[in-house]
Formats: sequence, structure tokens, C-alpha cells
Amino acid sequence: MTNGFTGTLAIKGIVLIIAALLLFAPFLFQDVRSIEVAARICIFIVLVASFDLLIGYTGIVSFAHTMFFGFGAYGAAILLKQMGPGWTPVLLGALAGVAVSLVMAVAIGLLSLRVKAIFFAMITLAAASVVLVLASQLSQFTGGEDGITYKAPDLFKPATKLLSDADGKVLRLFDVRLNGKLASYYFVFLSCLVLFVLMLRFTGSPLGTVLKAIRENEARAEAIGYRVVAYRTFVFCLSATIASLAGTIYAVWLKYTGPDTSLSFAIMIDILLMVVIGGMGTMWGAVIGAVLLVMAQYYLRDLMGAAAEAVASVPLLPELLNPDRWLFWLGIIFILLVYFFPKGIAGTVMARDRTT
Amino acid sequence: MTTPSLVTQDLTIRFGGHVAVNAVSCAFHPGELTVIVGPNGAGKTTFFNLVSGQLTATSGRVVKDGTDITGMAPSARARQGIGRAFQLTNLFPQLTVLENIRLAVQARSGDGWRMLRQVTAQRGLTAQAETYLEATRLTAVARQPAAALPHGDQRKLEVALLMAMEPDIYMFDEPTAGMSLDHAPDVLELIAGIKADPTKTVLLVEHKMDVVRALADRIVVLHNGELLADGPPAEVMSSQIVRDVYLGTSGGAA
Repeated sequence: MTNGFTGTLAIKGIVLIIAALLLFAPFLFQDVRSIEVAARICIFIVLVASFDLLIGYTGIVSFAHTMFFGFGAYGAAILLKQMGPGWTPVLLGALAGVAVSLVMAVAIGLLSLRVKAIFFAMITLAAASVVLVLASQLSQFTGGEDGITYKAPDLFKPATKLLSDADGKVLRLFDVRLNGKLASYYFVFLSCLVLFVLMLRFTGSPLGTVLKAIRENEARAEAIGYRVVAYRTFVFCLSATIASLAGTIYAVWLKYTGPDTSLSFAIMIDILLMVVIGGMGTMWGAVIGAVLLVMAQYYLRDLMGAAAEAVASVPLLPELLNPDRWLFWLGIIFILLVYFFPKGIAGTVMARDRTT
Repeated sequence: MTTPSLVTQDLTIRFGGHVAVNAVSCAFHPGELTVIVGPNGAGKTTFFNLVSGQLTATSGRVVKDGTDITGMAPSARARQGIGRAFQLTNLFPQLTVLENIRLAVQARSGDGWRMLRQVTAQRGLTAQAETYLEATRLTAVARQPAAALPHGDQRKLEVALLMAMEPDIYMFDEPTAGMSLDHAPDVLELIAGIKADPTKTVLLVEHKMDVVRALADRIVVLHNGELLADGPPAEVMSSQIVRDVYLGTSGGAA
């Protein structure tokens, strides 16, 4: 109580810096790969934050989050493939994804949110497995294991000139081409920002307090007059809707949708790791977790390659730091993070305020 | 006599072969404080659970102001005006004291589904919550998580949660259990205050005889899940059958 909210301030400061970096990413990091990373971070922040609404705020454990992500992605992908590039298929795809997600979420929710948490988790796991198998079997629609490649709306084509100079060439600002790729990135950034801010509002609303009450003591929340099953089903639907929209945004950005980009359990595990590393029940944790894990996935190998070269003359060390062993080191980093930040980075740092 | 606010008719619950509450028929009236007594395992808390909805009766009915609430979920009964404080402290441990109370006030206001308005903007609800903290003398610890409070303050918060629900029927399950002597009078004073309101019905499970004597308008005795005696305190306490089973004086010539 004495020295205020320094930990919370620090976390908010870090999140603000991350937001600023993402906002100016195309101008700060001008290679293609960096922009891929920045867009992926934006999408995963939304995906992880929507999962945090379930696990961190309400205490619901679900393994079907990538399923909802996939519905949104495949909705847009299938329609963009069938109808050709344009905004109508994107909008219809988003709506279809949300509609299917809502139907599934209501069905799973009403059938099983009354039962024990472990049973609910199993049901979501089963549903997600079925959808994964269906996606690979119904290859005439989904492209099976190969996925679907399609064209994004014209605005996002790299050849599109947002502004052109007197010669009809694409205008440059700080040496960055104002082309369709840039528009596409800002489409991702802004839609993700809107979704994240909306979720932040949810958590600070009366509804958010009820969710926390359910996490803390379900029976008492019911006893003071809250219909717990209704609230849990609602937040499950809300979270599914946001995950589905994130899927649509990702599909438009990637111009490719397949099991590996939007449905696989590997993504589910990434989401779980991000929410645990960042810190559950804070929203800020989603930002920090998503940034750390995506960066590690993209850059740890490069970093290790550089490190291995630097110590090339030393025996054994180059072998240990061989880029092929990046997963091993990633694992060690996670174990250390969980050991030193048991409530996740944001959770642990912010909890310090309460005890001091 | 006024019309009863709460009636149980042949209320029964079986757990396998064991009948925990057996055909209890009882009517409770506004402005009346009924103390429910009985030895351990008599079915007092189970009876409470049947009324507030944590358990559903095997047979029989619970009627509140003419509405049959037997099959309703606890949340629906709470909205019907049945409020319950628990014997084992049953709070929202990681939320602050103020947030705990605010939740009960908010449940009554029906604002739980609002998702775009911010809690910080709802000053009215927070101010209302603060009045209950003042009444229970918890204002000083308002910003602390409930789990960090000493036991006595947790018991007071348990009572404050019930008061913040503003129910018609107040159900206290051993509200002073485990409380130190300097805390208990605060709680008893609060209950006496509620009792003074002629529109409120109070049910109280209590073991301490001095508390029973000070507060009871009426005593109901449960024994092995059955209603053994029901009447004014003096009458019930002096009846031989109650002395036998409850006060432990074994039957026989004295």
C-alpha cells in the first residue's frame, strides 16, 4: 500500500511501448519478416486476451480456442476462394465464422458448463479434435492438409498505390512505400486494437466483476443472485466470437489458411503458453506473453546461430548453441519464467503492489 | 397474526437411505426472529440449504410470499428476496472487501450484464456498498483482499454481504461462530437492527444460549431432521422433551 502502484505502472508502461512499436512497425523495421512478426503479434494478442477472458477472468478451461479461431479463418478463406477477392467475402466470411462459433459455443456451453471443469475441458478437446479432422477430410472446401491459397481484397495487393507521386509511382514516406502491404498491416493493427480495447472495457465493466466473482467463488456468486451458467455461457460465446474475428483478420493478412496456421493444437499450446507466461486475469499479460513467444519463435534461432558463431573457438558450447536446438532452449526459458514468475510476468509484477 | 412470508410444507430431503430433513412444515412471519436450534446433525444447515436453494428437496414445498420456489436455482431465490449468510466463511477471497460488497449491491441493481459501462463510473453503487461497510465497521479494510482479513472481520464481511442483498428473508447460520468476544456484539447488534424492521423475516441458527435468549421471538427445535418443538422461547426451553434431547439431561426422575 505504501509505495503506490509501481508494478502496475511498469507493466502498463511496457504495454504502451509495445503498442507504439507495433503502431510504427512498418517504419521501424522495414524487412518483410519483421512485418510478418508484427502482424502475428497483433493477432495473437487478441487471441490470447480472448482466451484470458475464459481462463483468467472466469476460470473456465477450454481447449477449443483454436477451433473458433479456425472457424473465422476458414470462413473468410473459403469465401475469398469461391467468390474471388473483395470485401463482401471477407465480411460474409467473418459473419459465417462468428455464426458457426456461436452455435458451437452455445451447444458446448449449455451441454456442459453445468458440469465439472475437467469434464468441460474434455468436451472442448473432443469438439476441437473433430473439427480438425473434418477440416482435413472435407478437402473440396478446406483444401485438406494443404489449406487454401487465395487473393486478398484489392486494397491489400502489394501493387496497390495508396498515394502516388507526379510520375505515377508509389509515394514513399520515410522511405516506406505507401502500398497495399502497408494498408494490410494497418488493417490488422487497427482491428486488433479495437478488439483489444473492447475486451479491456469488458473486464472493467460490471460484467467483468461478475466473471471474477464466478472465478473466485461460483457458489456464492450464485447465492447472491447471479445466474452462473448464463454468465459462463455468455463469456464463452463472447470469447469465441472474438477468437473467430481474429481468425478472419489473420486469414486476410496471410492470404493462406491451413490447419497449421489456424486450427492445429500446436497453436492451442502456444496460446496456453502465452497466457501462462504473460499472466492470467490481467489482459496486459496477453500482450507480454504474445510478444515474448512470437519473438522467440522467430528470432531465437538467429540469435543462437550468432551466439554459436561467436563462441566457435570454444569446445562444446557451439554444439549446445546450435540453432537446431532452439526448442530445447525455448523450453528452458519457459521453465525459468514459470519458476520466477509463478503468476506470469504481468501477474507477478502487479501482485507485488498488493503485498508492499 | 400477519401472513407468513416463508412457508415450508412437508419439506424432505433424502441422501440415499438417510433422511436429513424429514417432513418439516413451518411458517415464518415478517417482523419475527426465529432461532433454529438442535444438536449437531439435526439438519439445521440442510434445512437452510433447502430454503436458499443449495439443495433441492426430495419432496415437499418451499413457498415465499405465495410463490413456489421449491425448484428454483439459488440465484433465482436470491432475486425473490431470500438472503443467506454461511456458516463456513464463503467470500470472494482475492477481491477486495469493497468489491465483495459491491457485487451483492450490483446483483440487486440488475447491472451485472452491463459490459460497456465501467465500474469506476458507477459511483452510486460504490457509495451504496460503502454504507454497508460503515454499518459493519469494515470501512478501514475496504481496499484489502477478503482473504487477508482476520477471521472476525471475515465473519463480519459474511454478514455485510447478506445485508447488501437487502433480502426479505435473512438467514444467518451461526453468525458469531469462532468470533472473539469483542467482535460478536457488533454482529448481534446488526441482527437486532434487522429484527426491528417489521417487514423483515429473520432465521437464525445459533448454539449460544445467551444469544438465543437475547434475540429469539420464537424457537424451532430440529432433531434427527424432524421438527421437535416450535413456540415462544420460554415455552420451548422449559418443555421436557426439548430438555431431554437438546440440553442433554437424560430422561428419568430428577
